[in-house]
Amino acid sequence: MNHTRRNFLKFAGLTAAGLCVASAGGALAVSGAGSTIKDGEKALKAKRWGMVIDSKKLGTKEAIDVLAKACHSVHNVPNIPGKQNVKWIWADSYEHGFDQPNNYMEESVEKRQFALLCNHCTNAPCVRVCPTQATYKRPDGIVAMDYHRCIGCRYCMAGCPFGARSFNFMEPRLHLDLATLNKEFPTRMRGVVEKCNFCVERLAMGKQPACAEASNGAVVFGDLSDPASEVRKLLREHYTIRRRPALGTEPGVYYII
Amino acid sequence: MLEKALKGSPKYYIWVGFLLLVILGASGVYLMQLMQGLTITGMSRDVSWGFYIAQFTYLVGLAASGVMIVLPYYFHNYKKFKDLVIFGEFMAIGAVVMCLGFIVVDIGQPQRMLNVMLYPTPNSVLFWDMVVLNGYLILNVLVGWTCLECDRQNLPHPKWSKTLAYVSIVWAFSIHTVTAFLYQGLPGRHYWLTAILAARFLASAFCSGPAILLLVIMLTQKVTTFKANVEGIATLAKIITYAMIVNVFFFLLEVFTAFYSGIPGHTHSIVYLFKGLEGHAELVPFMWTAAALAVGSLCLLIPPRLRDNLKILPWSLAILVIATWIDKGLALLIGGFNPTPFDTIATYWPTGKELIISAMIYAIGALVVTVLFKVATEVKQETGASQKEAVPVEN
Repeated sequence: MNHTRRNFLKFAGLTAAGLCVASAGGALAVSGAGSTIKDGEKALKAKRWGMVIDSKKLGTKEAIDVLAKACHSVHNVPNIPGKQNVKWIWADSYEHGFDQPNNYMEESVEKRQFALLCNHCTNAPCVRVCPTQATYKRPDGIVAMDYHRCIGCRYCMAGCPFGARSFNFMEPRLHLDLATLNKEFPTRMRGVVEKCNFCVERLAMGKQPACAEASNGAVVFGDLSDPASEVRKLLREHYTIRRRPALGTEPGVYYII
Repeated sequence: MLEKALKGSPKYYIWVGFLLLVILGASGVYLMQLMQGLTITGMSRDVSWGFYIAQFTYLVGLAASGVMIVLPYYFHNYKKFKDLVIFGEFMAIGAVVMCLGFIVVDIGQPQRMLNVMLYPTPNSVLFWDMVVLNGYLILNVLVGWTCLECDRQNLPHPKWSKTLAYVSIVWAFSIHTVTAFLYQGLPGRHYWLTAILAARFLASAFCSGPAILLLVIMLTQKVTTFKANVEGIATLAKIITYAMIVNVFFFLLEVFTAFYSGIPGHTHSIVYLFKGLEGHAELVPFMWTAAALAVGSLCLLIPPRLRDNLKILPWSLAILVIATWIDKGLALLIGGFNPTPFDTIATYWPTGKELIISAMIYAIGALVVTVLFKVATEVKQETGASQKEAVPVEN
């Protein structure tokens, strides 16, 4: 009896150890597969990342397309024609982007194009509705995504009041130019949602977001919680607006008008 | 008891064979969707949920409908529903199976579906919807099957089954409330962002669901020896009528709030649906058909003489079902996504492939309901409960 009991205990111990290893492995797998980017030595850090876009300097479709191209090539965003397209940053008019219509607009604002992207809201509805935490909020305010956990239910797309999210209706890799692929950033698979990630992978290496870098100073990225930061300086000195503020999502992207 | 579903008349076999054929044929198209992605649907970046989720929403109503029979029977001891209770429960099983089916075909990565359970996220309404729907399925399977088995063996129903039946009554309200919460908590989708949405969902469920159930029960009476209590049917028709009145009333409340306040966000979706917006009027004929049929069904259901006429009743119910289906199985989703966050209109129309895949799910549901109703009617025949007076015909 004693013998079998000892065997049983041994077996139980081994099983418990096995379970521990398995769950640790699972945790590692999750962090490895997820978009949890490991910070490098020069990583840029903030309490609340935000962006200020000077629409006076960046107000035409051509100028915004340059940013879109920089962003989309860095992140391997497929170029899909039609209404099942994928986009992280794009140009649209004041009328479409902002819900403060005015019958008699100043001409320059009426004709101006605005760079629209994910607002990385403080109270992000997409984070709230995601049933698997594939979309999550980082402590630095960035709304990030784990493409490997996303089940493709598209609840986040219904939840986002800014139309910032795209779904991979088809195989995105068929719409990528393999010659110019950025091998530093993963491509996505069919059936998952994606959006702007405020360039978490570049911040981790001490680089500014791709759009800010390509904007000649029209897009400024920085820590909204730091009164000495450049974004806060711009916000102090200019009149800015945010998209659909009445919804209470607290967007992190500000527009100088 | 399931063996009873294996033996039947040639007509029964033909019907089951037909359903299997539809399921098999359409599953080919589903395989195509699995391989190519949801690009084969009419959905887009702006209308990111379509026909599948709309059917899911409509069928949650059908699932909840059984409670309109179960509640009077258990809470008010209304014995005339005794022979209908099992059909309400079995219909709920078929409906929940279809709901889950429509969710599965809608998601982009179905093989990752269990992530919803692996990473339970209480702040997501979808998580709760998964919980309540599966719970409701289990409750109905347990209660329905156990009670039928006891009936067959002439045993009293176990006490726990009654407790679970009570739970399932409250649960039924939860499944449609939670499904409405999927929509009504989203900022920026004005057609959904209304406190009355859950109440509207329940009202439309409690008219359309029992209407479908009653139509299927009438069909069951035609093809089997089962005969429902006439007074029971009349009472159910009355419940359907009240629910439809409430449903129409709730919709009119929406119309008042939107147009008297004149707030564009509130009016735009309704204008798009009923009049067209920015040159897009795709749904207008459907919406006015729905409105006309809704009024028509009320005209046929409110006068007791017309309602109690069993020749007219199926037609009244059928047009009620069409009216509520257009409202919830079509317009709710398209109207919710339009205007888009950019104040534009994004047209959506389901593709043929999308409809075929939907037909597959409907056929699966019909098969489940057929098999369960077959078992239930056979047991009733065996025990001599609720049978036609004439000598039973060969079935």
